[in-house]
Amino acid sequence: MAQIKLENISKKFGRQTALSDLNLDIADGEFFVLLGPTGAGKTTTLRLIAGLDAPNAGTININGENVNEYSAAERDVALVFQYYSLYPHYTVRQNLEFPLRSKVRRLTEQDISASVARAAKTLRIEHLLERKTDKLSGGEMQRVSIGRAIVREPRAFLMDEPLSNLDAKLREILRAELKDLQMKLGATFLYVAHDQVEAMSMGDKIGILCDGHLVQVGSSQDIYNRPRDTFVATFVGSPAMNLFDATLSNGKAVVIPGSLEIPTSGEAMNHLRERAGKVKIGVRSEDILLDSSGPLEGRIHGVENHGVEKVVTLRVGELLLRATVPARTVLELDSPIRFAFNDKKLHCFDAASGQNLIFGD
Amino acid sequence: MIGRLEPGSIAAKRGMSDLAIRNLFIIPTIIFLIVFNIFPLIYSLGYSFTDFRASMNAPANFIGLQNYRELLADEYIWINFATTAKYVLVSVGGQVVVGFGAALLLNREIPAKGLVTTLLLLPMMMSMAVVGLFWKLLYSPSWGIINYALGLEDFEWLSNPEVALYAVALTDIWMWSPFVMLLCLAGLSAIPKHLYEAAAIDRAGRWYTFTRITLPLVTPLLLIAIIFRTMEAFKTFDLAFIMTSMESTELIAIRLYKMAFQEWQTGKSCALAYIVLIMVLAITNIYVKYLNKAKER
Repeated sequence: MAQIKLENISKKFGRQTALSDLNLDIADGEFFVLLGPTGAGKTTTLRLIAGLDAPNAGTININGENVNEYSAAERDVALVFQYYSLYPHYTVRQNLEFPLRSKVRRLTEQDISASVARAAKTLRIEHLLERKTDKLSGGEMQRVSIGRAIVREPRAFLMDEPLSNLDAKLREILRAELKDLQMKLGATFLYVAHDQVEAMSMGDKIGILCDGHLVQVGSSQDIYNRPRDTFVATFVGSPAMNLFDATLSNGKAVVIPGSLEIPTSGEAMNHLRERAGKVKIGVRSEDILLDSSGPLEGRIHGVENHGVEKVVTLRVGELLLRATVPARTVLELDSPIRFAFNDKKLHCFDAASGQNLIFGD
Repeated sequence: MIGRLEPGSIAAKRGMSDLAIRNLFIIPTIIFLIVFNIFPLIYSLGYSFTDFRASMNAPANFIGLQNYRELLADEYIWINFATTAKYVLVSVGGQVVVGFGAALLLNREIPAKGLVTTLLLLPMMMSMAVVGLFWKLLYSPSWGIINYALGLEDFEWLSNPEVALYAVALTDIWMWSPFVMLLCLAGLSAIPKHLYEAAAIDRAGRWYTFTRITLPLVTPLLLIAIIFRTMEAFKTFDLAFIMTSMESTELIAIRLYKMAFQEWQTGKSCALAYIVLIMVLAITNIYVKYLNKAKER
């Protein structure tokens, strides 16, 4: 298996910069998720590693070896495409055999059919083997395309949003299966996602990509609890983190003078006591606690029922805050309600740069 | 209800009723087809069973299958068919090789691609007779440019029974390879690029990729090109007629022409025309069967 390292990678398409000075280190056997919005450069990164595109600058190392000059075939990595890319005129079996019949490896017929059988069993597509690929459903197609990656033993698996075209239920099932597969194979996975739930649930490590820059790399806990800047803070988590302007002065953060002021004596804000000026305060929806004796007061602006929980929108002056509460909480629209912030979990960002002032390095 | 426009129907939006479309387009087409195609087809089938001669003012006598029997027993007719088959094989084979090759070369990013493609299509747009006359000049033994370029002195192309047929086929290849190229190019550019990327990831070599991805996906369009060109080559008349006149280039269509308009054996030539028609239909049917199979795959 393999360890992948990108150093100072830049990639431009015409005048458009897709990636700038990207550094990425993926350990052997790691499930690494590259997460970012559309157009952040995730797919470009995958294509560079796979050898389908060449970077304008920087080096790509696989197992400590510079592979910049290697063709896609020589790099020996598998890539699962977002749109499956099955060979349309062949059966599932022929699709799975395709990489095995390449001249690079000389396998006997027994070896080929054994490998196909093994892959088909792992992905539970044995009953589809003789079927033409255009007669398959989306989920089946994606399994076949994953199967085509695992029949041979590549050095690493690259996956380009393989689940994004599937319905929610199937996505959930395949998510678990993929994670399971990765553990079973002990393989290095680089997985691209724009869906943060997918990233959080699967990744050993997550890299957040934005506009061609790697913003933060860490475990899902890390990313969620210690976002480096406002982009990560709002991109990860659902509902998105509440983020609002405040002014630090005299030991408190003033959001709305008189009605919404947060003392900086709390655990998280403690070391910002000396600071003054404009900041952004962030608080996750689960860290807004409805509490009849809480220090803050707002009105209930809206309620969304999510089954196991409710998301309540609170209005304080002009400011709307979203809080997650247990589903059984009884709430009446437009009624006043008291609440508090969990002051251990408050985030504070620089108003200009967006950097996290509490956890930033 | 013909003639009434349903409000909001497509015809109403286009401002023309079904009736108007029928009267303006469909009826004239059908009349034209009947007068110029179907009527002569049936009428000539009738003649093929008679000893009718258009040059003589005698009534046609019904002679049953005698024309067919005579033709099929005539060894010279079979030589004409053999010549035609050779011509079709060389000409269509050459067009496929050259056309497909050119399509492969054009199916990539090259400068001035549109201009190059258009220029390559020019031969196809010329008249057969003009092409024949020009190539006759090019092949001219003493001052033709082909002998000059190849450094051959006084080599006979068109009056040499050994090479004349191939010389005509070469002209046909020059003229119609662009047609095969155009269809292949359409097929090639319809192959999604991601399949090639997937193949590269799967470590497929160039030849493997070509035979496993390119070829199967282009085959349907290539077969269509071959069907058209085979039908055309089988009934070639003008090119061979203009460029040469000798036994070794007497294609079946030329034999047919001579029989009908030089020997005035109208009834017999109708029978021969029907034999040719049946052969072309049979060959086309074989191709179509292959085509359907290729499409299924």
